[in-house]
Amino acid sequence: MAKVELRNVYKSYGTTEIIHGVSMDIADGEFVVMVGPSGCGKSTLLRMIAGLEEISGGDIAIDGRVVNNLEPKDRDIAMVFQQYALYPHMSVHDNMAYGLKIRGLPKAEIETRVQRAAEILELSKLLGRRPRELSGGQRQRVAMGRAIVREPKVFLFDEPLSNLDAKLRVQMRAELQALHKRLGTTTVFVTHDQVEAMTLAQRMMVMNAGHAEQIGAPLEVYGRPASTFVAGFIGSPPMNLIPGTLAEGGAVLLADAGARVGLPAALPKFDGRKLLLGVRPEHLEPCDEAAALLVPDVDFIELLGSDVLVYGHLGADRKGARVAARLHGSMAASDGHLALRFTPKHMHLFDAETGKRIEIE
Amino acid sequence: MAMEKRVVFRSAWLPYALVAPQLAITIVFFFWPAAQAVWFSFQLQDAFGMHSEFVGLENFAALFRDPHYLQSFKTTAVFSLLVAGCGISLSLLLATMADRVIRGALAYKTILIWPYAVAAAVAGVLWSFLFAPSIGIVTYVLKGFGVDWNWIIKGDQAMLLVVIASVWKQISYNFLFFLAGLQAIPKTLIEAAAIDGAGPARRFWTIVLPLLSPTAFFLLVVNIVYAFFDTFGVIDATTQGGPAQATQILVYKVYHDGVKSADIGGSSAQSVILMVLVIGLTAIQFRYIERKVQY
Ligand SMILES: Nc1ncnc2c1ncn2[C@@H]1O[C@H](COP(=O)(O)OP(=O)(O)O)[C@@H](O)[C@H]1O
Ligand SMILES: [Mg+2]
Repeated sequence: MAKVELRNVYKSYGTTEIIHGVSMDIADGEFVVMVGPSGCGKSTLLRMIAGLEEISGGDIAIDGRVVNNLEPKDRDIAMVFQQYALYPHMSVHDNMAYGLKIRGLPKAEIETRVQRAAEILELSKLLGRRPRELSGGQRQRVAMGRAIVREPKVFLFDEPLSNLDAKLRVQMRAELQALHKRLGTTTVFVTHDQVEAMTLAQRMMVMNAGHAEQIGAPLEVYGRPASTFVAGFIGSPPMNLIPGTLAEGGAVLLADAGARVGLPAALPKFDGRKLLLGVRPEHLEPCDEAAALLVPDVDFIELLGSDVLVYGHLGADRKGARVAARLHGSMAASDGHLALRFTPKHMHLFDAETGKRIEIE
Repeated sequence: MAMEKRVVFRSAWLPYALVAPQLAITIVFFFWPAAQAVWFSFQLQDAFGMHSEFVGLENFAALFRDPHYLQSFKTTAVFSLLVAGCGISLSLLLATMADRVIRGALAYKTILIWPYAVAAAVAGVLWSFLFAPSIGIVTYVLKGFGVDWNWIIKGDQAMLLVVIASVWKQISYNFLFFLAGLQAIPKTLIEAAAIDGAGPARRFWTIVLPLLSPTAFFLLVVNIVYAFFDTFGVIDATTQGGPAQATQILVYKVYHDGVKSADIGGSSAQSVILMVLVIGLTAIQFRYIERKVQY
């Protein structure tokens, strides 16, 4: 077990810079998820920690030792790949034992470790099979087993669940959490799936185009997104973002297409400022027209059983900002309008230029 | 909706008309001579080809009593194992190197593929020039190292020469297959092995080579067939089976006995034996390819 430190890490391929200075301290035993859209550089960053990619700038330290110039095998890490990367010509047993044999462990010790890992992952009956004789979920387990038996300082996962079907994914998520609780090994987990990130992470790093947009605990990131990017990426459906200018002593947002959105509490100090108002769909609630802060025209409705998703537009002729609302039970729409309000606690403001969060207090 | 991958003809005779030329060529240049060889192998002809007499398996029996013929078998075995062995290991080495090259990879590959376009006889002439006993440049260099090079009189040197020329010509073919095989191995497998602690050599022996073994086996059969038959041009252009039959492989002996010594019956019997051998090799290969070892 060990802590992992990223200190201002850069990566370039030729003249193209892919990672633009990322820093993070990962504590001993922590489960950290790096999440971001496809192509934002998550795998590249993970592969730099593994030693599969050179580090163009900055330092990566594992257990207090800078590993920039160490080979993967000398970093004491284990990695699980998206495509599993099992050795196709070896049995499940040999796949798991391969790394141990190379490290010259005594035979008895290898057997003990393989058997124990097989037990944890319910692979005991499959040890003699070849990878091609296994289902996707079983292969995934073998890949994890191969990492576990090594008892490394750090586990690295690169989208290990994205090739599984939805149900299996949920199950494996639970197993991963149980495994982490049991072994307590420092883990860096990469995914593009925000649900996976929210459920697995103790802390997460939201990445955007090679930058770390925000680092924090899942609820922190959800509750106080640092930028419009994070606000749009975490949460489903994403946070409503309504651009406009604050007016009338900071009590009203003048949005596009003549729409007016009231603020639950006036903000005189931001009067006249151009910004984006953010409210999550689940924080909008229906109310009387008189108490309404915004009244979008309804475009369509999705019934989810427990909830209703209402999609609409603000402003004249539906030309304003899009708004989504997640309402409990049945819908309270009247003749195509929906009167909505929200509390000050659930209001977010972002700078119109930079997209960064504006602290209200 | 499943697409029909085959072409479907409306006309009944058109498909036959289309394959007819190929069929005719196969019959005239392959089946006919093959049938003739089988027929002749049971006959004994006089030296002028005037009379022939049915002798049953006598020609075959005579062959296996003939020490020259048995020697030719041994020569062929040594020759084809050397050609297949050297050819496969050398091309694997080159392919492994090419797989790592990133800059100038295309030029490198093109150069390696050239020898395949060179006719066997030309390859033979080329190498016999290089190794010519008195004027060859390699001979000159070898002399500098104190090696007395003269394949015209030294059997093992003659063997070496035809092996080199044959391997050189076949290397491109092997190279292409190995390169394709190497590129089909997912990079993450190699990375996984690197993380597991395997160095480059170990990764090659424990991961890459086992995954290439289907390709290697396929090439082994192809190379043996090549050494058995397609090297005729190389040998004819260089040693012509000599000195003292040191490089007289089976296919060359067929030609030598049939055309030069006009022993039609014996030479036909040899062809029939060769035919059986190649049918056997091809059967192994087909069976193997059909089974297609898959991981
Ligand atoms: N070997 C490479 N050469 C050049 N660009 C690369 C290379 N590998 C990845 N990239 C680029 O780096 C960016 C990040 O890739 P990656 O880390 O794989 O993204 P992610 O895992 O977040 O989907 C992408 O834009 C990709 O095109
Ligand atoms: Mg990736």
